[in-house]
Amino acid sequence: METTTEKPKLRRSDNGLFADKYMLDISQLTKIYPTPKGDYVVLDDLDLKVKHEEFISIIGHSGCGKSTLLTMIAGLNPISRGTIVVNNQTIKGPGPDRGVIFQSPSLLPWMSAYDNVMLGVKQVFAHGTKKDRDDIVKYYLSKVGLEDAMHKKAKELSQGMQQRVGIARAFALKPKVLLLDEPFGMLDSLTRGELQDVLIEVWNQEKITAIMITHDVDESIFLADRVIMMTSGPRARVGDILEIDFERPRLRKDVLDHPDYYKYREHLINFLEH
Amino acid sequence: MKDKSIHILNFVGLGFFEPAIRLAAGEEVKKNLIALFRKVLLPVLSVGLFLLLWHSGAMVLYTIEKDARIEKALTERGQEAADLERACIESNGKDCKISTLPTPSQVWSAYQSLLADHSIISGKKAAFLEKVSATNEKRIADGLDPITYTGRPSFVDQIWTSLKTVFAGFLLALFIAVPIGIMLGLSDTLRSSVNWLIQIFKPVSPVVWLLLVTMIVVTVSKGSDGDSAFTISFISVGLCSMWATLVNTTMGVSSVDKDYINVAKVLNLSMSQKVFKIILPSSFPLIFTGLRITLSVAWMVLIAIELLAQSPGLGSFVWEEFQNGSSESNSKIIVAMFVIGIIGFLLDRIMLTIQKFVTFTEETV
Ligand SMILES: Nc1ncnc2c1ncn2[C@@H]1O[C@H](COP(=O)(O)OP(=O)(O)OP(=O)(O)O)[C@@H](O)[C@H]1O
Ligand SMILES: [Mg+2]
Repeated sequence: METTTEKPKLRRSDNGLFADKYMLDISQLTKIYPTPKGDYVVLDDLDLKVKHEEFISIIGHSGCGKSTLLTMIAGLNPISRGTIVVNNQTIKGPGPDRGVIFQSPSLLPWMSAYDNVMLGVKQVFAHGTKKDRDDIVKYYLSKVGLEDAMHKKAKELSQGMQQRVGIARAFALKPKVLLLDEPFGMLDSLTRGELQDVLIEVWNQEKITAIMITHDVDESIFLADRVIMMTSGPRARVGDILEIDFERPRLRKDVLDHPDYYKYREHLINFLEH
Repeated sequence: MKDKSIHILNFVGLGFFEPAIRLAAGEEVKKNLIALFRKVLLPVLSVGLFLLLWHSGAMVLYTIEKDARIEKALTERGQEAADLERACIESNGKDCKISTLPTPSQVWSAYQSLLADHSIISGKKAAFLEKVSATNEKRIADGLDPITYTGRPSFVDQIWTSLKTVFAGFLLALFIAVPIGIMLGLSDTLRSSVNWLIQIFKPVSPVVWLLLVTMIVVTVSKGSDGDSAFTISFISVGLCSMWATLVNTTMGVSSVDKDYINVAKVLNLSMSQKVFKIILPSSFPLIFTGLRITLSVAWMVLIAIELLAQSPGLGSFVWEEFQNGSSESNSKIIVAMFVIGIIGFLLDRIMLTIQKFVTFTEETV
């Protein structure tokens, strides 16, 4: 495909310092929702740094502010205090450097799978040729296993297939950071497993820095390099971080058979049950 | 072939033919017989009952009117006059025809005479056009307007005129209400600042719109000799009927699924792409429902407006016949009533069929 596989770990920033070791740098992030009963502080002084080509997952109790954090990174939700720096630039609103895969596939139901992906591709690769864009869309749709269904209307696809389109759409735009908010939460466990495989397969090739919210402990271990555990709200912060030291590319079977697997699992469950 | 025709029939809203087709194909005889009874026989029976009630009602009214006339003749001019009056009425004489609700059969014959009248008039018109065709060619070559037929329009001509007017009014409503609705839907500020205007003008009666439009058109068209009656009536129709589309478009555009808006933001779509690729398609069902209401309102007010504005069409046809006051006229009015109703129904069906074609959710009926 493209020759953008080599990505320097260190890059010269604008002020001439080698400051951008991190792809995503969140510091002192605070989110306050004003409510009729006074301000509700969801996140309080949250710090989080994510390296290039790192896959992290975030777990935490329902309502602790995971989606709030993710929508703020995406630029869809205003920041009350603190900064979010993506690829050395402080974010101001949404942008094509951050791709989002939502929980509901959020495809436009009146368009085909192809057109749904093309909508964004046209925007991001506006200067490329028509043929280039067509290639990109087809490449990613076949990557997620939809080469035969790409001209079906989105509403005719099953939930799982729709989410495959969602994955293709996000990767096709070649974002710097990929944000995933419980992308498989609405799927049955069999389909969920399939889609985890699809996701990790595409990710292995693209190595886009990814941040994924999940409720599923096994999913977080299988996919992530680090699992971020958030404390319960209000005033949630990063409570604990677990490094997952499995080699990549990972196979589900190897992961499940690994002697450390249950240690990781217990750690996470212990945190959540606290 | 069979499945295809059933599909087409269901699509255009004539699904009640389905059991007959299935029965002819010998499928599930009992089930389809019951369906046939429910979908075809019962409606036919109800039509019969309706005609019967109408007929007897008309007869009762006829008797009341007749007795009253004879009674009047008796008290005013004596027995002899009363007998004469009775004989006259019963022989259906020209001077003493009774004018009241006509019976179904009278309406049917009025319908046929209207059709006959139409073929006579169109014959005359064709003859006229042929006669002047040579002259017209010369006039056009000389840069003059061709001579047009100015004789009395037939009933069918009136129908066409009305359809033309309603179509023009509908298009006007469409081109005003949809763009404004989109703008209002996109901007909360704009919406709240002009909301009062919509709320006040929406309930205004067609009659008032007609007067308003007349005031303006008469002034604007001073000096030009265009067809101002047509202009006045189609603008009034458009202004009366556009509100449903305006309100629905505004609502549809302002209530687009938040997920889709987020998609637009994440993909950094430009404003025009956001409008054409996301907002319009997703609010299409609501906009179309608005357009359907607009068209049926347009057809309804059109008749009243033509009647008041004395512009040609079904409305003025009804009014002229009513002024005429003969019993034949009453039958013609009822014919017009049915024609108006059936055309209104067909217009709605056409809109529904188009809607099914162009929207993504088939469930919006
Ligand atoms: N727009 C809002 N206004 C006020 N409060 C909000 C708003 N959005 C979210 N909240 C509150 O902020 C808290 C965090 O919400 P958020 O959706 O981020 O939680 P979450 O961790 O994603 O939960 P879940 O795991 O159930 O998805 C919740 O208590 C929620 O009620
Ligand atoms: Mg959430």
